[in-house]
Amino acid sequence: MSSRASDAVATPEQLAAIDSSIEKLAHERGATLPIFHDIQEQLGFVPPEAIDRIAAALNLSRADVHGVLTYYHDFRQQAPGRHVLKICRAEACQAMGCERLVERLEERHGVAMHGTTEDGSLTVEPVYCLGNCALSPAVLLDNRLLGRLTEKRLDAMVHALGGDDGGAQ
Amino acid sequence: MSVRVFVPRDSASKSVGADEVAQALQLALGDAATIVRNGSRGMLWLEPLVEVETDAGRIAYGPVTVDDVAGLVAAGLTAGGEHELRLGPTAELPWMQRQERLTFARVGVTDPVDADEYERHGGIVGLKKAVAMAPGDIVEEVVASGLRGRGGAGFPAGIKWRTVLEAPGEPKYIACNADEGDSGTFSDRMIMEGDPYLMLEGMAITGLAVGATEGWIYLRSEYPDAKVILETAIERARERGWIGDDVLGSGKRFEIVLRIGAGSYVCGEETAMLESLEGKRGIVRQKPPLPAHEGLWGKPTVVNNVMTLAAVPWILAHGGAAYAAHGVGRSKGTLPVQLAGNIKQGGLVEVPFGITLRELIEDFGGGTASGRPIRTIQVGGPLGAYLPPAAFDTALDYEALTAAGGLLGHGGIVVFDDTVDMARMARYAMEFCAIESCGKCTPCRIGSTRGVEVIDRIVKGEDRGKNVALLQDLCATMKDASLCAMGGLTPLPVQSALEHFPEDFRPETAPTGVSSSS
Ligand SMILES: Cc1cc2nc3c(=O)[nH]c(=O)nc-3n(C[C@H](O)[C@H](O)[C@H](O)COP(=O)(O)O)c2cc1C
Ligand code: SF4
Ligand code: FES
Repeated sequence: MSSRASDAVATPEQLAAIDSSIEKLAHERGATLPIFHDIQEQLGFVPPEAIDRIAAALNLSRADVHGVLTYYHDFRQQAPGRHVLKICRAEACQAMGCERLVERLEERHGVAMHGTTEDGSLTVEPVYCLGNCALSPAVLLDNRLLGRLTEKRLDAMVHALGGDDGGAQ
Repeated sequence: MSVRVFVPRDSASKSVGADEVAQALQLALGDAATIVRNGSRGMLWLEPLVEVETDAGRIAYGPVTVDDVAGLVAAGLTAGGEHELRLGPTAELPWMQRQERLTFARVGVTDPVDADEYERHGGIVGLKKAVAMAPGDIVEEVVASGLRGRGGAGFPAGIKWRTVLEAPGEPKYIACNADEGDSGTFSDRMIMEGDPYLMLEGMAITGLAVGATEGWIYLRSEYPDAKVILETAIERARERGWIGDDVLGSGKRFEIVLRIGAGSYVCGEETAMLESLEGKRGIVRQKPPLPAHEGLWGKPTVVNNVMTLAAVPWILAHGGAAYAAHGVGRSKGTLPVQLAGNIKQGGLVEVPFGITLRELIEDFGGGTASGRPIRTIQVGGPLGAYLPPAAFDTALDYEALTAAGGLLGHGGIVVFDDTVDMARMARYAMEFCAIESCGKCTPCRIGSTRGVEVIDRIVKGEDRGKNVALLQDLCATMKDASLCAMGGLTPLPVQSALEHFPEDFRPETAPTGVSSSS
């Protein structure tokens, strides 16, 4: 995953990643979302430099491409922590106390929604249903679905991720 | 011969440890067993549910943890041996026996990506029939089945298809709505992960019926496992000639494209979904034109939910009349119902329409997970009503639920116990609308934020009469002046909460005093 230097200009590696996504997908119909997904999969976010390049490749205006990028909750414009925890806050998970997990993250681990832990290990984002509503509360850690999460397991998870040095889970 | 042992690869099952259990079993049993990763039977509270194939049928054990594996093996798991986790023959479990599994017949039984197994268990029969039929006849078979759209609106599928068949313009498209955004629903996911060829077959039949040459799937990004399984299934279906340039040698083309959403709830609305498929912001389109006339890329398009399309192969294989023989009134066939939230036995049950909500949540669901009394259920997702226990005898039926002041939606039921704060749930409904609004209509975009503020004032006891009236006015405006059901139906959970649980909106009687902000 990327470094956390979010305000910095894109590195040559990041620009190469952007270009490779464009090259791979620009010929597809309605290619903006597929390209954004591909870039984010590689870099963890979509650097601002991607907008001009996508606009040029797809023959769209910068405003259009920017509009699409900012419309969707999934796309990040800043680098996240080494891991991303999406925590479900929809009704079925609320019925099983997901808000206690949200509070726990804030109070015990000092990380609010859309925030990142101080050590850069974990970014926390809200999500509205993961399709695991019979085994609530549910979270998605990177791409891994977890069910019946308790505060205790959450604590253990945050600590384990904080201890690791960035290897993918 | 080695014994077949089944451990689901369904993501719900994996979310409580199925991968680890599968690994431990493989290690413990070695060559004595072949581990098959099946879909889930839907008894999610028993996951990971391990099954073993014996002469007496498949025997179920669950919920199994890694720590149980050694004991299970010692107890003679591979011969169906006695153990405290042994549930008995899967097919004889009351939860399974009380169902009518038409769409979910294979889910949990087969290896989802094994195409041979799909055919051995009755797959592709419908598609074979369809290639030998005239397009109009396929459409009429579905009209006769009475199948209604399972995505929420309940519009008759056959009638929609007829419009697309008759619409001028080429090429035509099928758009499969796999956005499944409603909280409390996961039937689409379970089909995509548990029997993906069924959905692809349904899409191909729909394509033949209306003369469409491409089917586009809009899959939500929150389902990474479904994506992987669908990619494999699409590739293998193409290799088999089930889709592609020459569907089953008919000379007809039907290609499938898989696209991934990006975390927007409103993109489940059909026209917003089409915009998103075209690479744009997911803003709802004005209707008319209907997608059936001008849909994807401006061409005639059938937009159907995953469950709608997945019902189609059975209808073709067995006939529309056989499907219509199930159900009640104008709600024909079966519905995969999802039991979620604070429920003891949560999961998926496929039942004919007509069963009551009480039977679902009490007989199948076994009451709450917390053991406390049920205070309310929300049926039909975030735009559905909160129903009080007095309404639990309502039948599962589009019209009956509407008459009870609710809606059926995508068939999800979320259970809450008596600790729920209904003012907080009402507030959340408004907040969710504010977060997810596409922004086109003022009442939805701005009204929802106002709604949050007004509810906060009511709960604090400020000018109660005036603020309750203001909230009702706001709801009326949202209902009347919203282009789609996002703004138009958000008042339903809000007003039903206020109507049935007014005490939660009074500072003296509210469960937590002030609804906490989020
Ligand atoms: C805000 C909103 C969200 C929706 N989300 C979904 C969804 O996630 N999946 C779905 O199939 N239909 C959803 N719908 C309904 C679709 O607009 C449409 O009615 C449906 O896809 C048609 O297919 P069907 O006739 O097979 O149900 C949604 C509607 C609205 C207004
Ligand atoms: S009601 Fe809301 S979501 Fe629907 S079109 Fe209007 S602004 Fe968009
Ligand atoms: S509501 Fe949380 S997983 Fe569905």
